[in-house]
Amino acid sequence: MPAPVLEVRNVHKQFPGVKALEGVQFIVQRGEVHALLGENGAGKSTLLKILSGAQAADLGECLLDGLILDPADTPLARQRLGLVTIYQEFNLLPFMSVAENLYLGREPTRHGVIDWKRMRTDARATLLSLGLQVDPELEVRWLSVAQQQMIEIARAMTQSAKLIIMDEPTAALSSREVDVLHDVIRKLRARGVSLIYVTHRLQEVKQICDSFTVLRDGRYVTRGAVSDADVKDFVRLMVGRDVEFVKRPHGAPGNTVMSVSGIGTDRDPAGRHATPLHDVSLDVRAGEVLGFAGLVGAGRTELARILFGADRCDRGVLYLNGRELAPLQHPAQAIEAGLALVPEDRKQQGCFLEQSVSRNLTLPSLKRLALWRVFVNERRESEMVEHYRLALGIKMADAHVAIGTLSGGNQQKVLLARCMALNPKVLIVDEPTRGIDVGAKAEVHLLLCEMAARSTAVIVISSELPELMALCDRIVVFREGRVTGVVSAADANEAALMDLMAIAHPSHG
Amino acid sequence: MRGDVIAWLRRYGTTLFLVLLIVFFTSQNQRFISLRNLTNILTEGSIYGIIAVGMTFVILTAGVDLAVGSLLAFAGMAGATVAGLFGADVSFSWIVALSSAVLVGASAGYLQGKAVTWLRIPPFIVTLGGMTIWRGATLILHDGAPISGFDAAYRWWGTGTILHVPIPVALFALIAGAGYIVQRYTRYGRHVYAVGGNPEAARLNGLNVAAIVTSVYVIVGVLSGLAGFLQSARLGAAEATAGSGYELRVIASVVIGGASLSGGRGGVGGTIIGALLIGVLTNGLVIMHVSSYWQQVVIGLIIVAAVAFDTFAKARR
Repeated sequence: MPAPVLEVRNVHKQFPGVKALEGVQFIVQRGEVHALLGENGAGKSTLLKILSGAQAADLGECLLDGLILDPADTPLARQRLGLVTIYQEFNLLPFMSVAENLYLGREPTRHGVIDWKRMRTDARATLLSLGLQVDPELEVRWLSVAQQQMIEIARAMTQSAKLIIMDEPTAALSSREVDVLHDVIRKLRARGVSLIYVTHRLQEVKQICDSFTVLRDGRYVTRGAVSDADVKDFVRLMVGRDVEFVKRPHGAPGNTVMSVSGIGTDRDPAGRHATPLHDVSLDVRAGEVLGFAGLVGAGRTELARILFGADRCDRGVLYLNGRELAPLQHPAQAIEAGLALVPEDRKQQGCFLEQSVSRNLTLPSLKRLALWRVFVNERRESEMVEHYRLALGIKMADAHVAIGTLSGGNQQKVLLARCMALNPKVLIVDEPTRGIDVGAKAEVHLLLCEMAARSTAVIVISSELPELMALCDRIVVFREGRVTGVVSAADANEAALMDLMAIAHPSHG
Repeated sequence: MRGDVIAWLRRYGTTLFLVLLIVFFTSQNQRFISLRNLTNILTEGSIYGIIAVGMTFVILTAGVDLAVGSLLAFAGMAGATVAGLFGADVSFSWIVALSSAVLVGASAGYLQGKAVTWLRIPPFIVTLGGMTIWRGATLILHDGAPISGFDAAYRWWGTGTILHVPIPVALFALIAGAGYIVQRYTRYGRHVYAVGGNPEAARLNGLNVAAIVTSVYVIVGVLSGLAGFLQSARLGAAEATAGSGYELRVIASVVIGGASLSGGRGGVGGTIIGALLIGVLTNGLVIMHVSSYWQQVVIGLIIVAAVAFDTFAKARR
């Protein structure tokens, strides 16, 4: 066997109070796509930070191409050695052109000034070699998330990267964009570039990766070939036991709680990214779990935000408990009417990251906890927080730590608890399990089922069809701002749903 | 262990520094610790301390108000002018002056708040404009000349005492206490923190973000108006130059007190320490015969050092 491009030997890393890594070994061969698997807290991020140079290991060594890496290297030094990390949050400058971003800090010069012509030609050549149709002179802020990610990859190529680390590259991509990304990854592999690939979508590991390493609780578990394992094996290795999506028993749904008809929005003149909706009508019943399926940009989140009064709606009627209303104007009205929303983007729209778990959890319920609706009763507040900590199994040092210090799964539980405390008639959850690990995912599912069992109408938006099929009574399928079908869970199968979701041709890798 | 020390210093460092300053100035000159001098420091500090309580709310929403010094002058001048309309020997002139000053402050604050929320102009720009506008309006009001000749009841608000405590100091204590309770124990206080921490999340939790942002400018406006009245009562004259440079002292008090200019973090407790620190420093340097030119340099250095330490401690977590 040829020498591996990367070898990690017996790495240890200790943080105050936590052993993040204990004797981890890790090998990536030349020209392979290697999946790094593990639950949140398994030590994946720490290992990646040690590789990228953001942190130093306490013990152990890393070899790139057989040469021991200096633990004191900065991320920049590692990049120069050909080890490039592409983070979830991109490091692009929005007001500079694609070409400028590609050669930032390494601009080609002639007579001491930037050689713009060569920069553009080189940029165009790099983009073309990856099969990307992007104008190198366009400012980066006009590109979609997927395109920006491609620019990051192209930048790695201009640095003649040997090993590229990708952390959750598909978290924000639509299925079609994922296909494009996978094509690019195959091109990189064909050129002998190696990749470390981190994803929560295990199906993807089967699609794109050659081999995998599993970490659990900061320890090395195993390394294997992807062709010899299936998704269930991955889950079992990550969790240490079998986890299945619990298929929810379907009860008899109750009365219609909320329905909308003829909801429509015009294209936003400000040019924001919202998909315009066309004549959307649907209803949701008490005790029912209703799924919203569709590709990214199909209009699911847009509808959820309109239902919740968070965005403007141009046409349509809303019925709440049989009463006809104009669509809600402000989330305050929605909360008053018995709606609750767990938004799509946990960090940007859900959490007050620097504030305590307690304050995050109780904010919309303070009215109930306050004397004369003014003075917050801190004793009753901490009782409420304690109640939900136990009920949901929220793991935290105490209720006064900042929510930003919790893991993604625990943050999501706090946001769910915030909604549950409102005792909503309709609960809307947008991508409730995005970026959280398998164990926490199952717990979130269980909570949603419990809410439905207590006759709350639950609306779940998810990009994972297996999740929707396990949870929901009915699934509403969206495509380009329209409802293309309502499928009852009993009849649902993945291929049929894909057909309703897909835009041009139904076939899908 | 070292992390604990840093966390402790981050929390109590400013208070520790304040105590050290008092010890140092006392060791240099016994007169510093005299009752008379301490009363002086507190009275001086109370005027901008009252405004700093309001400024804490503004900065918690990630805003800023540069107009407070000018508004202090404008409200003080407006109060004195309205009181003057009733003639000099009306014994209730202070009521008229006080209520007009507060009303002017509230209205000006409301206008600025609306400009921020409704016209969506950044607070820095709105209040930079306000700073010039209110100063100009003060000059227009009485042609740049001071108004004086207040009666004893009027002047009592600046120079009188209650149980040996100067009135401005008593008011500062009252307002700071109220501010602390509002921030810590009321729904409104929680809402201000939420809006400053993440406005989009605040809106999705049903908060009326625009109303809350407007309200903090009204609060700081009301307190600037009150401070304007107190200042005129203390000096015995409403002057067009009153409160110039106060905006910087006020903002410095809040920031030295640990508030973050990006919103969501800080509190009245820290602001009080910050205001006292600036008061002690200014007074102590005068007593040590340090020139007023150098005083400005020292205060500036301390503002930068306080924020630098905070950033450093945060990065070390």
